[in-house]
Amino acid sequence: MGASYRGGVLTRAVRPTDGRSRASLEDGDVALRGVGRVFTTGRGRRAKPIEALAGLTLRVHPGEVVAVVGPSGCGKTTLLELVCGLQAPDAGAVAAAPAVLMPQRDLLLPWMDALDNAGLARRVSGASREQARAAARPLFAAFGLGGFEDQRPAALSGGMRQRVAFLRTLLAGKPVLCLDEPFGALDALTRAEMQAWLAGALATEPRTTLLVTHDVEEALLLADRVAVLSPRPGRVVAELEVPAPRPRRATDPALVALREQAMEALWAG
Amino acid sequence: MGRLSAAAAVVVLLGAWELYARVGGIEELVLPAPSAIGAALWTDRGLLATNFLVTATEIAGGVALALVLGGTLAVALHVSRPLRGALYPLLVASQAIPIVILAPLLVIWLGFGVLPKLAIIALICFFPVVVTTLDGLRAVDPDQRKLLRTMDASRTALLRFVELPAAAPAALSGARIAVAVAVVGAVFAEYAGSSEGLGHLMLQAVPQLDTPRAWAAVVVLAAFAVALFTALGALERRLTHNAGGSP
Repeated sequence: MGASYRGGVLTRAVRPTDGRSRASLEDGDVALRGVGRVFTTGRGRRAKPIEALAGLTLRVHPGEVVAVVGPSGCGKTTLLELVCGLQAPDAGAVAAAPAVLMPQRDLLLPWMDALDNAGLARRVSGASREQARAAARPLFAAFGLGGFEDQRPAALSGGMRQRVAFLRTLLAGKPVLCLDEPFGALDALTRAEMQAWLAGALATEPRTTLLVTHDVEEALLLADRVAVLSPRPGRVVAELEVPAPRPRRATDPALVALREQAMEALWAG
Repeated sequence: MGRLSAAAAVVVLLGAWELYARVGGIEELVLPAPSAIGAALWTDRGLLATNFLVTATEIAGGVALALVLGGTLAVALHVSRPLRGALYPLLVASQAIPIVILAPLLVIWLGFGVLPKLAIIALICFFPVVVTTLDGLRAVDPDQRKLLRTMDASRTALLRFVELPAAAPAALSGARIAVAVAVVGAVFAEYAGSSEGLGHLMLQAVPQLDTPRAWAAVVVLAAFAVALFTALGALERRLTHNAGGSP
């Protein structure tokens, strides 16, 4: 399935802020330059503009896993929706290869079994049910879901549901994955287990990944690079390379030191 | 427990009714006692059964027609905002037209057969189906729509894979609301012009001073309404159970 997304690079350049060349996008490249986004809340006279992002610049290279951490309400979800093309920036430019979203809640369809849910993107793009199931089946065995193919989401645990949701994201066949707090709703133990699982999954199925989280430790465990956002309006205030070899442990002294750095950047805002 | 208390409620109601009819000095012509109605149910069973089949077909067909047409219109209103703006007020207004006014017109257009009955019942049941289905379609999680958009889903794919299955239980619950009025609609439709059916039977029994027979027809109709209501409820539970419960 590695080749299924070759070709077809989507560029969304809205009001480029400078005359320099547009980012030449290889497969799976994501570039945000000086991005600003403003929402309006309320109506009529009570209308109030809220600046979600201002001057945000971030690059994710093909195959790289970048985690974005920041205080709540700093526009992390907005950032992902810009990359996925669900929103357009009010300032700056977003150029991204085709990206698929994995929302915080699994949003599995309750009337479909796990295999059908995982293959949803294939069916949506015209594949038959058999084709979609055939595409999803090998991944179930490979990613610890063997035997759960015919279960409906209600019969699965929270961690299992997140796994199915992640496979659904993979099977969309897009070069870029946008993960929005994928383990935010899980208990601490399941969360740790799922972080190790995701690290393994991304090692076997590498993708350009943009992971949004408010958990610095999770970011350091999973990402090649961590971008720290300021409070609203969000912009990148620090970028930390995470050179630690995988599999990683949160107690690794190098990670502990990076964690300190990230926390300082967060506090400094 | 629920069944027991339902049975108890029916027994108490029947007892009070019987007492009122016997001691209250009410003529059987006006309000027959439950025992008289029971006797009519037994003696007229052949007559009731034949006419029940006619009316039951009309009601079941009308409700099914309302589900199909109401569901289709709900989808159209859901997909097209201008259409919703244009037709929703008209739809509500159409519900304000008393069916007694429309019934003779439909008889002229569609004759004395089963067609005008189907039309009247469908017309009555249509509205709750449209409203609940539309609500069901619109209740789909906005994040779910976003997810499908990042999968490059077309409008049709969103409808087919997410919105329609999500709204199916809502459509059925609309049909369930409609069932009770459908029964009244069937009687009206037969009053407007027919040669058979339980409504027709009532229309004949009253001037023949055979009130117990008319009431027996009412009992059969009520029982049918309860049965249909329960069946649709079971179907709806099955759909949501598939959605929510373990397999």
